[in-house]
Amino acid sequence: MTTTAPETRTVRTYRAHAHPAWRRILLTREMAVIALLVVVIAVALAVVPNFDSPLTVTYLLRDLAPILLIALPMTLIIITEEIDLSVASIVGLTSVMTGILTQAGWDFPVAAVAAILVGTVAGVINGFLVTVVGLPSLAVTIGTLALFRGIAVGLLGTTAITDFPEFWSDLAKDNIPGTPIPGIMIPFVVLAIVFAVLLHFTPFGRSLYAIGLNKEAAAFSGVDVGRTKFLLFVLSGTVSGFAGVYFTLLYSNARGDNATGLELSVIAAVLLGGVSIFGGRGALHGVIAGVLLIGTLGSALRLAGVTSDIINVITGVLLVLSVVSASFLAWLRSRRISAIGRKKGRTSSAAEPI
Amino acid sequence: MFTHDRKRRLGVSITALAVGAALALTGCSAGGGGDAGSSDGASDANLAITFLPKNLGNPYFDTSNAGGEEAIKEFGGTYAEVGPAEASPTSQVTFIQTAAQQGVGGLVVSANDPEAICDALNEARDAGVKVVTFDSDTNPDCRDLFINQATAEGIAKSQVDLIAEQIGDAGQVAILSASANATNQNAWIELMKTDLADNHPNIELVETVYGDDDDQTSFDKTAALLQTYPDLKGIISPTTVGISAAARYLSTSEYKGKVALTGLGTPNQMREYVKDGTVTAFALWNPADLGYLAAYATKALIEGDITGKEGDTFDAGKLGEYEVGADSVVLLGDPYVFNADNIDDFDF
Repeated sequence: MTTTAPETRTVRTYRAHAHPAWRRILLTREMAVIALLVVVIAVALAVVPNFDSPLTVTYLLRDLAPILLIALPMTLIIITEEIDLSVASIVGLTSVMTGILTQAGWDFPVAAVAAILVGTVAGVINGFLVTVVGLPSLAVTIGTLALFRGIAVGLLGTTAITDFPEFWSDLAKDNIPGTPIPGIMIPFVVLAIVFAVLLHFTPFGRSLYAIGLNKEAAAFSGVDVGRTKFLLFVLSGTVSGFAGVYFTLLYSNARGDNATGLELSVIAAVLLGGVSIFGGRGALHGVIAGVLLIGTLGSALRLAGVTSDIINVITGVLLVLSVVSASFLAWLRSRRISAIGRKKGRTSSAAEPI
Repeated sequence: MFTHDRKRRLGVSITALAVGAALALTGCSAGGGGDAGSSDGASDANLAITFLPKNLGNPYFDTSNAGGEEAIKEFGGTYAEVGPAEASPTSQVTFIQTAAQQGVGGLVVSANDPEAICDALNEARDAGVKVVTFDSDTNPDCRDLFINQATAEGIAKSQVDLIAEQIGDAGQVAILSASANATNQNAWIELMKTDLADNHPNIELVETVYGDDDDQTSFDKTAALLQTYPDLKGIISPTTVGISAAARYLSTSEYKGKVALTGLGTPNQMREYVKDGTVTAFALWNPADLGYLAAYATKALIEGDITGKEGDTFDAGKLGEYEVGADSVVLLGDPYVFNADNIDDFDF
């Protein structure tokens, strides 16, 4: 089948793409989110007092960093039509591990690596249950959401560990010298580039779309679906572990209930960024813009004195609109295509009797 | 899959317009308020003060912040209240950051966590914001002042005094506490024991029982106490859950009006039991006064009258003169006693 492939290749008589390159790049959902982000920033700069201070950038990126980090593997997982709801609990668990190990006298870097490894193990557990046992990831990660959170709270109770080496907690908070951009953005950008290359420019990444669109077809095309998904859950656990260590340092606080509810912020941003919950569709630049959009909107509204309930309402409406508009437009398109199909059908059947 | 048509662009631009409009509207309206805040202080002190409770929609903080607002109106500052929807350890951080960005004069915080918001508070202080904690403190090095609602001694003494008055300073009493290892309650109970032994020799403390701050457990423990000690004359419950459960039991039992009950409670929980005669009086601090004092303390800090060191004194409007104690703590005073005459003045 493969040996004769070069000889049987035929010259393509139709165009490679229906639309020119600029249109394919600019008129996408990702670009729409980026455009919306630019609009929000521009409006906020114009009308919200104090939004233009460099503090805004520092605070915004520092607080969004855990969401940005976890959104990277979450994007990959949702593209394969799975989900990981346990990420925030893994953040809580690794935060507690960082605290306990540091308190036990371990060197901070060793404790941090050990905590990240705990995150990896948590990802292995998720991956094992989803791919080897074959359970749906929604059910598995709802279970491990409770399990990891339970272990985290159980280990520390209601107490908190707050004593961390100043060098490391300062490092987590400090800006890149001479800029208002927090230092955590350096590891984030590195990770984002790695994930973008992995998702968009490797066979592994392309196989994720195949799995998300049709698992069976992907398996028959030679993609090891189980192994691929397993790797994604392990990645998700590891990155969540890193986010947990960062979270601990940022607030100098290891507690079992750290980052409660963060998984929903991550998933909301990923979906807003144009990733389809049904799998097979999405891109990382859209997701990053989605996280920044929700964060910037919240920050600007808070600065404008809007209460948190109203901010939640606005973000909620935005999310619903983005999901509804995608489905609505898809429905419109399918109607148009079927209308074209009917028209063509009529003309051909009308031509026959003659 | 990746092709798009004109209708999609239309949908996107409508969403963009809607969000932009929402932002513009809220931005404009709130922008006016913000400007007023910075230019209002004619005496060039920035008296824009923001209250940050543990969470919004909590009647206790609604009362305390109303007290703060009253004080800020009196001295002509600008009052604002912000807060998270739920009281999680780090949920207050973004609001502290926002206050720092807005350049408010003072921030009055009830901390959800003594440590988690510390760095954010210190960054705000570096940006020139005076930070006062009330109700729930942070570590002392993260704030300029803490407004303490009551000391353990004051709480213990007021409850012992109330029960002594209600039972005629003689007879058996019992304590219905929270859980056996509740730090606050245990400290108060120790002080109550000392006070009873030293100043009320005719009162006998027969037992301390633990309702675990659970309504049903507290209810059952009250029933058990009354059966075990038929001569019991009074119950002290230094926890809001315990006192309301005990009052609920007493109000429907034969002991109503015969066994005295006092402790720490909130007016809304206790109103019906005070009105039906089950409870004569109970104690708690007055959250409105707490917010009022916090606002005046913040004003004194902003205007440079005090720096927060021990021995500083400042004027707190209708509450009079206050002095800063050790560790930059200001004590509101003795707990407030609620009874049938004043309970309707409170809603928390």
